[in-house]
Amino acid sequence: MRGLLCENDRAAGHNRRHFDLHQTLAINLMSSPGAGKTALLEASIEALSATFRIAVIVGDLETDNDARRIRAKGVPVVQITTGSACHLDAAMVHDAWHQLRNEPVDLLFIENVGNLVCPASFALGQHADVILLSVPEGDDKPAKYPVMFRCADLMLITKIDLLPYLADFVPERAQRYMNEIGNPAPTLATSSRDGTGMDEWFGWLRRLHAAQGHPAEVAT
Amino acid sequence: MHELSISRALLDQLAGLVRQHNATGVSAITLCIGPLSGIEPALLRAAYMQSRKQTVAEHADLIILPAAVRVLCQECAAVSEATPARLTCAACACSRTRLLSGDEMLLESVDLEFGA
Ligand SMILES: Nc1nc2c(ncn2[C@@H]2O[C@H](COP(=O)(O)OP(=O)(O)OP(=O)(O)O)[C@@H](O)[C@H]2O)c(=O)[nH]1
Ligand SMILES: [Zn+2]
Ligand SMILES: [Zn+2]
Ligand SMILES: [Zn+2]
Repeated sequence: MRGLLCENDRAAGHNRRHFDLHQTLAINLMSSPGAGKTALLEASIEALSATFRIAVIVGDLETDNDARRIRAKGVPVVQITTGSACHLDAAMVHDAWHQLRNEPVDLLFIENVGNLVCPASFALGQHADVILLSVPEGDDKPAKYPVMFRCADLMLITKIDLLPYLADFVPERAQRYMNEIGNPAPTLATSSRDGTGMDEWFGWLRRLHAAQGHPAEVAT
Repeated sequence: MHELSISRALLDQLAGLVRQHNATGVSAITLCIGPLSGIEPALLRAAYMQSRKQTVAEHADLIILPAAVRVLCQECAAVSEATPARLTCAACACSRTRLLSGDEMLLESVDLEFGA
C-alpha cells in the first residue's frame, strides 16, 4: 500500500532538509480567504525583522497584491502564482526556496492559498502549521473543516478587535470545537489592527525557534 | 479542487508501476480513502475519469473503499468509533485521543494487464 501523495511527501521531506540545513524555521499559514494572513505577516515583519532574518513565500491565485504588500516591508518575497490550483504543494515551495536562497533566513513564512479544504492534504516541509480563524467567519469552523483544523499546531483567532460587534463569536466555543476534533493546540486571540495578542504570537514564534536549536538572535 | 492534483499523482504512480513490471496497462485500481483525508471520493472519481484519457489506466475500474474513523483514548485506552467533527473518546469523553484510522489516502491494490 502506498500513499497517493507519497511523491509530494518525499518532496516535503527534501524541503525540510533544506530548511534544517540552513537553520530556517518554516511556518505554514493557512486560513479561509481574507482571514488576515497578509496583515499578520506585515505586523510580524515590522516587529520581528530587527531580531530575525525573515523571508516569505506567498501563494496567490491571480494577483501579486500580497507579495507587494510584504515586499513593501523590506523582506524577500517569492510569489507562487497557483493559477487554478487551490493549494501549494512541496514542489512549488522547493522552486520558491531556491529562488530565495542567496540570503540566510531564520524565519520562513509560507502564506498558503486562502482555502480551508485543499491545503491540508499537501505537506510542504514546514515545521509548524498555524491556522487563522477570523472573528467574522464564526466560531464553528473547526467542526466544519476538521481535516484542516486537526493538523494545526496553533490557532490564531484573528480580527479580535471585531468581537464587540459580532457577539455570535465565542472564542471559548472555537476552542471547544478544537478539543472535540482532538487537537490540543493552543489558541491565541490577535488583532493586526490594534495589536492585541501580538506579543503572545511573537513569543510563540520565539519559543519555537529557540526549541529547534536555532540561534535566538542575528549577530549584528 | 485538489482532487485533480491527487488524481494526477495517482496516474503518475500507475504509469511507474506499469513501466516497472513491463505491463501493458491497468485493469483495476483499489483505493482506500478515509473521511479525514480531505479527499471527497465523488470528486476524486470525477477528476480521475477526466484525467485518465490516453493513460495506462484509460479503461481501469476504480474502486474506492471507505475507512472508519477510530480513535484511541490517551486517558482510558478505549478504542472508539468517532466522526470527523467529533474525535473525542466515547468511553470517557476526553479529547486526548489519537487517530487510529480515518485519514487514509492509500493505493491498496492495482491489477496490471499484460499482452495485447
Ligand atoms: N478589523 C480587522 N481587520 C483586519 C485585521 N487583519 C486583517 N484585516 C482586514 O481583513 C482584510 C483581509 O486581510 P488580509 O490580510 O489581506 O487577509 P489574507 O488572509 O491575507 O487574504 P487572502 O490572501 O486573500 O486569503 C483586509 O481588509 C484587512 O485590512 C484585523 O486584525 N482586524
Ligand atoms: Zn532541493
Ligand atoms: Zn480544491
Ligand atoms: Zn477515554
